Amino acid sequence: MTRDLPKWIDFGLLPLINLVVAFLIAGLVVLLIGENPARAAYLLVRGAFGSGYGLGFTLYYATTFIFTGLAVAMAFHAGLFNIGGEGQAYIGGLGVALVCLSVDSILPWWLTFPLAILGAALFGAAWAFIPAVLQAKRGSHIVITTIMFNFIASAVMVYLLAGPLQKSATLGPRTRDFEAGAQIPKLDWMFSPLGIDLGSSPLNITFLLALVMAFLIWLLIWRTRFGYEIRTLGLNPTAARYAGIPEVRIIVVTMMISGALAGMMALNPVMGDQSRLQLEFTEGAGFVGIAVALMGRSHPAGIIPAAILFGALYQGGAELAFDMPNITRDMIVLIQGLVILFAGAMEHMFRPAVTRLYFSMGFDRAKPEEAS
Amino acid sequence: MAETGNVDSRNGSSDDQYAIELVGINKHFGAVHANKNISLAVRRGSIHGIIGENGAGKSTLMSILYGFYQAETGDILINGVKSHIGDSLAAIKSGIGMVHQHFMLVHNFSVLENIMLGAEDGPILNRGVARARAELERLETEYSLEVDPDAIIEELPVGIQQRVEILKALYRGAEILILDEPTGVLTPAEADHLFRILGQLKEQGKTIILITHKLREIMAITDTVSVMRRGEMVATRKTAETTVEELAELMVGRRVLLRVNKGKANPGEVKLSVRDLTVRDSRGVVMVDKVSFDVRAGEIVGIAGVAGNGQSQLLETIAGIRHAESGEVLLDGKPVDVRASADPAILRQRGLAHVPEDRHRMGLVLPFEENECSILGYHSSPTYLNGPFLNIDSIRADAAEKIEQFDIRPPSCRLKTANFSGGNQQKIVLAREMERDPSVLLVGQPTRGVDVGAIEFIHRRIIEMRDAGKAILLVSVELDEIRSLSDRVLVMFAGKVVGERDPATDESELGLLMAGVGADEEVEAAQ
Repeated sequence: MTRDLPKWIDFGLLPLINLVVAFLIAGLVVLLIGENPARAAYLLVRGAFGSGYGLGFTLYYATTFIFTGLAVAMAFHAGLFNIGGEGQAYIGGLGVALVCLSVDSILPWWLTFPLAILGAALFGAAWAFIPAVLQAKRGSHIVITTIMFNFIASAVMVYLLAGPLQKSATLGPRTRDFEAGAQIPKLDWMFSPLGIDLGSSPLNITFLLALVMAFLIWLLIWRTRFGYEIRTLGLNPTAARYAGIPEVRIIVVTMMISGALAGMMALNPVMGDQSRLQLEFTEGAGFVGIAVALMGRSHPAGIIPAAILFGALYQGGAELAFDMPNITRDMIVLIQGLVILFAGAMEHMFRPAVTRLYFSMGFDRAKPEEAS
Repeated sequence: MAETGNVDSRNGSSDDQYAIELVGINKHFGAVHANKNISLAVRRGSIHGIIGENGAGKSTLMSILYGFYQAETGDILINGVKSHIGDSLAAIKSGIGMVHQHFMLVHNFSVLENIMLGAEDGPILNRGVARARAELERLETEYSLEVDPDAIIEELPVGIQQRVEILKALYRGAEILILDEPTGVLTPAEADHLFRILGQLKEQGKTIILITHKLREIMAITDTVSVMRRGEMVATRKTAETTVEELAELMVGRRVLLRVNKGKANPGEVKLSVRDLTVRDSRGVVMVDKVSFDVRAGEIVGIAGVAGNGQSQLLETIAGIRHAESGEVLLDGKPVDVRASADPAILRQRGLAHVPEDRHRMGLVLPFEENECSILGYHSSPTYLNGPFLNIDSIRADAAEKIEQFDIRPPSCRLKTANFSGGNQQKIVLAREMERDPSVLLVGQPTRGVDVGAIEFIHRRIIEMRDAGKAILLVSVELDEIRSLSDRVLVMFAGKVVGERDPATDESELGLLMAGVGADEEVEAAQ
């Protein structure tokens, strides 16, 4: 019989311990290269949250990671490991760009945006569809196929951006800039009443869309029949078969939702920041989504703070690299790697010790003896 | 310290007669006190039974003796000498051998290779093989445990595989043999053979500890029996001086009704009809071979057989989980497309309920809350839905009601399913499948891994369903259960129904049928 830890330990204390250990080790590395870890930590936190501009960037990155984190979590619940978030986001960007390029001079932004959301979701879902069908019908492992599809997506985008979609050879592989009809609002109206000046940070309404999607995904997974079927399949495929849950349909639809979420990530950089489609705009966000989903325990309420944490690491890290020349961009990647390692891969390292401590200290005595 | 001194003073005197003494063993797992101050003395050259319900602490105690776990306090004395058993290697050195419930054999190795495993005698196998072969032959003749040393394990019947496990222990010089639920996978005849072997080993001076939950076996072959309940050793009796009733009461802590009370069956119209059903598994092996039978309203048809003779596949095919190669199934007189499109969800709507054989693998989703498991398979029913949304209030209210009706403990529908005991988990499945008022109920291994108290309850419920006019198909490897519940018994062997008998039929006749001996000509002719 397994004993459960209370939720505040499971979802609060344990991730916190993992995070602290990751930062302690990162601190050691900072010490090794002859910098002051405390000052580095201060600079990082200040860079991420110390100004409206920094906060704006942190939340801008977080927006991206909420989408990709939700995408990975969605597939996790059906027992599928979608590594293809990167490719799905990339192709999602194509969907966004095609919509924007065709209507940005005709429609106002509030009509373009819903169309772009649709485009992003459809293209992302389509890119997840083929691996999903191969998994459901042929048993081709989704981890392998989605990785392959990342490479294909990358090749397709290079072809398109250096060919049919390219504006001019001098500007490099990218589309033309979007016109006013594809410019979406920033969030200054939301933050300035709070006395926060977001400055030139690209935080935009996609952030609100991400929060709405987090809520909708929670609703879908825990409150609908379809979500129940997804969770059953993910936790016990044999029981799902016993219950008559259509495995093929669940796998395909879940993966398409996952792909749609990853695709919607593209709205943030493509429409919200760069206003054009360019190469490598995803910057590995699809993979960060895996860490975000792991750290957030595949629950939207965990994914949002985890995404903000990674957003802060991105933004604070950039500032830190600027202020401490010894700490390069690679150091920041190292710190992120440590966080991923401790929060994701070695998630359960401290669990046995904490469990033993918790029960040996008799916190559970209040619980009456369960009848066996 | 006082205890140790005490033990030392006895050392070398009269208590040489004990092969194993455990003194004051304590072991916790988290807040669970799995072994509470357990003391046990096993006389050399005797067969000592240990019985208790699931979770009583038998396996923990034996794992401590075999070095898998360390006791927090207490001493282990082997032949009167205090020993520290840090791992299973130390246990083997002390002359303890263990035959696990699930065999620890390499399936594509020969018998000889399995026996040698872990005792290869150096990196070059040649010499070791010759020595092992000679030693194995000596052991086989000494204990009349005939096994072909060159046979491949997966080609041997389970009874023989178990013999290999015993030989493996003897090869390592075991003087004390621990057998954990050894008869679970055996036919009655194979079990009898095992008991004869154990008797022989005892005569040769070996000491045997037999862990089981089958009271009949305890009565048949042990000299002494110890009863465990909730981590405590509640009694030790000479087998000759106790009764099945007393042992059952000691195990459960209250009086238990061992016999099932049931009236005469009142069979009505045919509800489930199976005709020439043939099922292959994924490797193409025929698992169910032209099976035909009917189940009528108000009767229980029991399918007896040793595990792995096609019962599981039969049950799963009727339930729509698996597809058949040929044959037909009629549910309430209407055909079910068992060859292609049978779907468990649709069959449920047509009144077929299914208590699967393996509740952990199939019947439950262990990380789910109890109320979520209580709708599995019925989650599309309008009662539980609000459009596409789950009606959480209605689901929980419904689960709470079932918890009350089936006395599921602890009575909390928000508790994780994994945290219920085996018996209560089984009640969750039964409640779900029975409360829907099905017309046909398929029941697989209803009391596997379930404690004695819950068995009584489950059997009573199944009889009640029969009396309410349901057609019930019962599959169980427990012959006692089949005989006491069924109104008719079909015996399956190698995928075929080899005979139909009255449940009152002599046990040895059924046992022989389960081994494929004495199949009915008319049944074979009819097929």
